[in-house]
Amino acid sequence: MLVNWHRIRERKFTAKPGFLTMFFLLFFTSQSVQSELRVEITKGADGAVPIAIVPFEITGQATQLSKVSDIVAADLKRSGKFAPIEKSKLIATPKDLEEVNYKLWRVAGIDHLVIGKLNVIKPNQYEVSFRLLDVFKGVQVLGYQFPANDHSLRRISHHISDLIYESITGQKGAFDTKIAYVTAERKQGMQPAYKLQVADTDGYNSQTVLNSTQPIMSPSWSPDGSKLAYVSFEKRKSEIYVQNLFSQKREKVSTYKGINGAPVWSPNGKKLALTLSKGGNPDIYVLSLETKKLKQITKHWGIDTEPTWTPDGSEIVFTSSRSGKPQIYRVPAKGGLAKRLTFDGKYNASPEVSSDGRTLVYVQGEGNTFRITSMDLQSGFVQVLTDGPLDESPSFAPNGSMVLYASTDKFKGVLAAVSTDGRFKQKLVLSEGDVREPTWGPFRK
Amino acid sequence: MKFTKLVSALMLSGLLAACSPDNVKDNQAGMDENQQGSNESVDGAQTSGINGGGAEGGTALNGAVVSYDKAAINDANNVLAEKVVYFEYDSDQISQDYQELIAHHGKYLAANSDMSVRLEGHADERGSREYNVALANRRAQSVRRLVLFQGVNAEQVSVISYGEEKPVALAHDDESWQLNRRVELVYEAR
Repeated sequence: MLVNWHRIRERKFTAKPGFLTMFFLLFFTSQSVQSELRVEITKGADGAVPIAIVPFEITGQATQLSKVSDIVAADLKRSGKFAPIEKSKLIATPKDLEEVNYKLWRVAGIDHLVIGKLNVIKPNQYEVSFRLLDVFKGVQVLGYQFPANDHSLRRISHHISDLIYESITGQKGAFDTKIAYVTAERKQGMQPAYKLQVADTDGYNSQTVLNSTQPIMSPSWSPDGSKLAYVSFEKRKSEIYVQNLFSQKREKVSTYKGINGAPVWSPNGKKLALTLSKGGNPDIYVLSLETKKLKQITKHWGIDTEPTWTPDGSEIVFTSSRSGKPQIYRVPAKGGLAKRLTFDGKYNASPEVSSDGRTLVYVQGEGNTFRITSMDLQSGFVQVLTDGPLDESPSFAPNGSMVLYASTDKFKGVLAAVSTDGRFKQKLVLSEGDVREPTWGPFRK
Repeated sequence: MKFTKLVSALMLSGLLAACSPDNVKDNQAGMDENQQGSNESVDGAQTSGINGGGAEGGTALNGAVVSYDKAAINDANNVLAEKVVYFEYDSDQISQDYQELIAHHGKYLAANSDMSVRLEGHADERGSREYNVALANRRAQSVRRLVLFQGVNAEQVSVISYGEEKPVALAHDDESWQLNRRVELVYEAR
């Protein structure tokens, strides 16, 4: 077989060698696989870019894991920016560069073509290669080859999606990232079961990192993706923990009298913003994780809570009832004068700022309807992104392309995602129980 | 609803009515730092209460017994049988009826210094979760102020807010929401 491998740049993951191994060690040894999240696309986007992803040729012994091209197609579809051609409607299925008839694809109006191979060297040892082709120019745009095993194959598939996504859109892909969320199961006559879980962005590989019969709340990712901070009521009071996802070791970092809530990591990973009511009333504080020193940022008789950092770490954006109803404010992270940001509507809460610092997302309440809303921080332009009625906990993808949030599906809490422009929506449904408080993890380092 | 009717006929406390929860400023105290995981309400515990010092015997107009004897807390006919205070949406204001109910609980605790109560604040599911923790905390604090007003030792009263995390009714409608906006008084022997 003649292949122009010299055109394929040999490349491994950009991660440090130990990272990938360590990661899978954790996520595949800690707990048995939980009930999976199922993705439903609930609102398609007009103007999605057609892309042909030819099923990868499998050489050697085919296995159940040989679905790389399906995973890539599903990823790109979930982004709302691509419309992968159905497998049955592909006009040709080239396996090699030599077999590609660019003219044929050009006539069919397909601009982007992906071909690839999965070579099964022996059980649990694979070689994955793919090429992204520009049909109009008739050239290869990308070409990579990766070694893989059963555990890394899904992750490599997401990584391929990221490479394709970035090459065509110019924006870094966020498929090879993780999400964290809380599930709650209540069964008649049984203690409720609360779980803190981590999963791939397509809902696969869900792993439980904490089990409790008492509520778990407000998970927050450390900027390096190695830890989660969260609130646990396991001791019949609220306490904030920081848990290392690799070692599974955790540290209790806040257990003051009253509320210990809403922990959020600072962009440099050295501090947590949080809510404490030890002063008699909920206020925003910043805790240094190195020195354990606590600094009070707000001091007001109203409720101040739900802090979040601007990406440069200079400001904290938070919810306050100081005007009588919850509204969103910003305050210098070193403390100072708080300025009000939201003026539309009577209920605005749970803010998060995009990684480019330009967009604020939050929950806007109108009567009994609560919807995810965005605001352009420069122009003040406000856009309602979802329909409600009980949407909450918005969390940006690290590339800012989508907003993950919690919603309700009849009587069940579900996760959902909407594109930042509101045009594309999808739902992640857990087979059993409620799922809530999603938070999208950082880019893999 | 039953819980409002129950206390509506009880005698008024003029002092209590004049006490607006928002005007009372105090430091939160009495959070039981060493409390362990599985403490449930000890409503059913058979602690011996021989004398009920300070109790005011009597019967409310609707038939509920008013007694602050130690064992009264387990008496289904006693005014203290009502152990949940309900609230309006996004509010920590306590209605007149509940001010009276809380006064009875305060008097009971003042008369029984070996009993303690955990005030568990809750919110309905509407709005954001951490804001609801803060809101439910304010509700529990409002109840706490009224309890302490009866001369209760601050160490007898602890507060925890669960926000919307522990609903008693699961439907997404007004009826469920009303039941979920509450402060539960959970008694324990000290």
